[in-house]
Amino acid sequence: MLYHVIVFAPLIGAIIAGLAGTRFMGGKLGEKPSMIITTGLLFLSAILSWYAFIKIGGGHKEPDVNVLRWMDVGNMKANWAFKIDTLTAVMLVVVNSVSALVHLYSWGYMSDDNYKPRFFAYLSLFTFAMLMLVTSNNFIQMFFGWEGVGLASYLLIGYYYKKPSANAAAIKAFVTNRVGDVGLALGVMTIFLVFGSVEFDTVFGAIAENSDRKLPFLGMEFDAIELIAALLFIGAMGKSAQFLLHVWLPDAMEGPTPVSALIHAATMVTAGVFLVCRASAIYEAAPITSGFITVIGAFTAFFAATVALVQNDIKRVIAYSTCSQLGYMFFAAGVGAYSAAMFHLFTHAFFKALLFLCAGSVIHAMHHEQDMRKMGGIRKKVPLTYIAMIIGTLAITGIGIPGTKIGFAGFFSKDAIIEAAYTAGTVGGSNAGVFAFWVGIVAALMTSFYSWRLIFMTFHGKYRGDKHTFDHAHESPMTMLVPLGLLSVGALAAGAIFYSKFMGNAGDFWHGALPVHAGEHAALAPEHLYAAAETSHASDAYHDEVKHGGLFGWLFNKYHGYPWWVLLLPLVVSVIGFITAFMMYMRGRGAEQHIETIEETGGSPLYKFLLNKWYIDEIYDATFVKGARAIGDLFWKIGDIKIIDGLGPNGVAAFTAGAAKRLSKLQSGYLFHYAFVMLLGVAAIIALVFRTVGG
Amino acid sequence: MFDSIPILSLITFIPLVGALILAVISKFAGETGREQLDKNAPRVALVVSGVVFLLSLLLTFDFDSAKAGFQFIEEYPWLGGGIEYRMGVDGISILFILLTAFLTPLCIIASATSVKSRMLEYMVAFLVLETLMIGVFVALDLVLFYLFFEAVLIPMFIIIGVWGGKNRVYASYKFFLYTLLGSVLMLAAILWIYSHSGQQLGSPTTDMRVLMSELKIPGGAQTWLWLAFFASFAVKMPMWPVHTWLPDAHVEAPTAGSVILAGILLKLGGYGFLRFSIPMFPNASLELAPIIFWMSIIAIIYTSLVAYRQNDIKKLIAYSSVAHMGFVTMGIFTFNTQGIQGGIYQMLSHGVISGALFFCVGVIYDRMHTREISFYGGLVKHMPVYAAFFMLFTMANVGLPGTSGFVGEILTMVGAYQVSPWIAAGAAIGMILSAMYALHLYREVIFGEQTNEKLEGIADMTRREWIVLAPLAIMTIVLGVYPALITDVTSASVENLIADFATATATGGE
Repeated sequence: MLYHVIVFAPLIGAIIAGLAGTRFMGGKLGEKPSMIITTGLLFLSAILSWYAFIKIGGGHKEPDVNVLRWMDVGNMKANWAFKIDTLTAVMLVVVNSVSALVHLYSWGYMSDDNYKPRFFAYLSLFTFAMLMLVTSNNFIQMFFGWEGVGLASYLLIGYYYKKPSANAAAIKAFVTNRVGDVGLALGVMTIFLVFGSVEFDTVFGAIAENSDRKLPFLGMEFDAIELIAALLFIGAMGKSAQFLLHVWLPDAMEGPTPVSALIHAATMVTAGVFLVCRASAIYEAAPITSGFITVIGAFTAFFAATVALVQNDIKRVIAYSTCSQLGYMFFAAGVGAYSAAMFHLFTHAFFKALLFLCAGSVIHAMHHEQDMRKMGGIRKKVPLTYIAMIIGTLAITGIGIPGTKIGFAGFFSKDAIIEAAYTAGTVGGSNAGVFAFWVGIVAALMTSFYSWRLIFMTFHGKYRGDKHTFDHAHESPMTMLVPLGLLSVGALAAGAIFYSKFMGNAGDFWHGALPVHAGEHAALAPEHLYAAAETSHASDAYHDEVKHGGLFGWLFNKYHGYPWWVLLLPLVVSVIGFITAFMMYMRGRGAEQHIETIEETGGSPLYKFLLNKWYIDEIYDATFVKGARAIGDLFWKIGDIKIIDGLGPNGVAAFTAGAAKRLSKLQSGYLFHYAFVMLLGVAAIIALVFRTVGG
Repeated sequence: MFDSIPILSLITFIPLVGALILAVISKFAGETGREQLDKNAPRVALVVSGVVFLLSLLLTFDFDSAKAGFQFIEEYPWLGGGIEYRMGVDGISILFILLTAFLTPLCIIASATSVKSRMLEYMVAFLVLETLMIGVFVALDLVLFYLFFEAVLIPMFIIIGVWGGKNRVYASYKFFLYTLLGSVLMLAAILWIYSHSGQQLGSPTTDMRVLMSELKIPGGAQTWLWLAFFASFAVKMPMWPVHTWLPDAHVEAPTAGSVILAGILLKLGGYGFLRFSIPMFPNASLELAPIIFWMSIIAIIYTSLVAYRQNDIKKLIAYSSVAHMGFVTMGIFTFNTQGIQGGIYQMLSHGVISGALFFCVGVIYDRMHTREISFYGGLVKHMPVYAAFFMLFTMANVGLPGTSGFVGEILTMVGAYQVSPWIAAGAAIGMILSAMYALHLYREVIFGEQTNEKLEGIADMTRREWIVLAPLAIMTIVLGVYPALITDVTSASVENLIADFATATATGGE
């Protein structure tokens, strides 16, 4: 019953607000009750989720919860059912906590909106779909949640339906995700073909016996497990905006900012990471695909960070930042450090939601101005937002004291990922791991730069927009500040509190939900990372260092034997990023001067390349979008009209002598006669022929 | 429950009786009574079709879905020489009867305000149409089937020709020409089968049960017969490249005509494949399945892309229907449980969804008398309820999980994947394209700023329109959440079909 309530409470809220609150049934319920019901149910769900989280994390075993029969065709069976393990519990907490706070935040942010019940209904509907995704015990229900969140995302991106750009962004998000979904769907079909089932337990339990299986796919022979892993990952790339399928995420910022925080930062976009972790049993047996994931993840972390360096829209900077952080999560999963990936997913949800909601608070204060070039020096106007945003920035840039348990959330989780990549590269001998490690370091440098650039351009320096807006700028109402406060606590402490849980030994938190013991590259699972590192530091070179290393030697021991520079490097680059941003945007006329220079010169070619997002949108537009239109026209105007109709009915008409005449006769209204003749003709043929054939 | 009464004949002919009564009354009414008649005709038709719907619901409840064979069998002497009046239903046909009986009353409700002339004749045509459609699904005699199967075109031909749009003559002509080609070939094949049954079984028969189970058709002949039936079914589906009559027919047909055309008539081809092609010509089916797969995949991709470029709402939906029927043919010819169940599911689901979409077009067409996409835009401002319904059906058309559209698509693709990943991958591209054209349509019509002044003051859905669309919306979601409502009914018959097919193809032609 507990899980029924957690999952279905948001759905009930969505239905009540969506039907009774909106104009659909005449708006009988009214705005306030709709908001109270949806938000109240979400808080109920969130509180119960934490209860479940503590229970499950503590070792309580929960059997699958069966809700309703769904697909049952031949041996393809998939029910509406929940699988409850630590992985699910973590996601429940993330989704419901952030969603509840975003619901509350929207009371303030959307206060000028005329269609509040619709908005809240969409938010709750999204939450329901996301919960169905993370609780599913089979691939088909997960696909339901997967596309369900896509629908909610589409509706919310296009929420301001009068704006052409919002509509375009909504469609782009849906269609791009569908490209990924095709991969996911094919992956699920392959799973059914190989395992004869789509239920997690059956599939994951039968991987060992199918590990040698080969499958032909599109003209090539593949290892079945690798093929499944790769196809599922295409789905993950779409939903989690990885390189090549990332194009929809920045545009998705057309939606209201609470939506960006909930869907496009904390929850939906992490579904891909969740998928890889949920299917970790498959990825454990698919080293090639895992390597591919590592490379794609690392490259996305790098690519998105480069674009974020130069963006001027406050939300787009954070959007690319999300894209980049998701890349981190993927390369963690790729090297087998699933718990590190989930840990970063968990902490990221708090600090990224916080950053977005702070941005929303700024935008709210600035009367929907999002261009940072027209901001500056507003920290005095919105002091609490400023503090919260600093906390979020410290969290994302990973500030903390190595060797201690003191640090912001990102310090623990991002460093865990970078260390995992390092170990995979050096100890595990994975080239992808080495690549990911170095790219991760470079991306961390850029993360720090663009995050501080955002702070400096927005809150510091001289105000650059119109005076009227500045004079009327105000701190946000309590409904918005309370969520900021609670998320700040998360961004401050989630890392320190939960580090030992998520990353601890022997899986006494995960309880088998993530592989910490078995599989092909078990050497890379977190607890083995430490063990492996300890073996390696038994080697002489390291030994010397430990002995004579002073502070570094102490650090080395303290941290399971990573070389000191691996531990310090993320922090060092983070500080360098801060200093660079400070030098560029805080010294002298700082930001103003930069903006002026670019307005005059247009910026360097590299700047333009980054500002235009590597021109990927342009490339897609020229190939896929224009291509689809051209081919569509070709098929229609040449294929259908010229060839098929030309040779078919029109050709026959032209060929038949007197066809034109007959047609004109038809036009004079003898249709009944014509039909009657047709009937007579058919009857006559039947009668005649049956007689001759011998009836 | 129905042991003592000929329930199938009742369900089939009650609409015809209703139509006859209406027609006879109209003969005796003078000019003055004419107006009164036009007013009352929809009411009579609604009562008649309502009774048929209730009876077919009862029939479905009484149907024993655990049994694979035909039930409620009726046999009466008819033409003689082995050609008798035979009726019966099994798991494959019964739900199509229910779908027909479900959609017809909705069509009548919707037409009562949207049809402006010759109301009585319109209702007569619809009731006749209902009889003929149900007849196709209950017939167990090949000749009886053929009669219904071909005759069903006549009322539809008239509906388009009399109550259609500007270009109705061209559309009717095209429609006629295509179907004629298929019909003639199929008739020839039926004759061959009839005479062959005489040679093989001693006395000729057109009893479909006997033909399916006992008649052995040699390999080469199977192929020719298969092709002849195929010609007829492929046009009805319609499959690429004989699909071009459909967009024209839809565009010219009145709303309810489009609903029946997309909802029921397109399913006759798929039903024919299941009822005849697979059981009677199993080896030819197996042999020629690759052609079907290619045609299905081309249909899905080709017509989806064409749909994307349309500027007429109805044409867009018509092309999308062709694409969706591609999933059906692909599923049926996989010969496995998921594929065939999925194909049937897709047909039933598409009957609901495409019917609903054409009703949706009708709603705005009745107000503005144009189907130009560019005429509209920003409708959500004045028609939020309409926008909500349209959104649901658009998403169902896109195959969003949780709607009935998803179940059919995923099952047919799962079925196809077991045959060849190529086919499933090709069909899966349709998932992307359907999102492209459907969301494009929705955006252009519903979203955006309302710039056309003529749309100012357009009214939201009337109560009548609510009554039509709400049941369809409920069905779309119920079938998406609990598909067992359909799959449990069809299961036994489909398994039986597959088992017979496997036996037949394992032993070879003879």
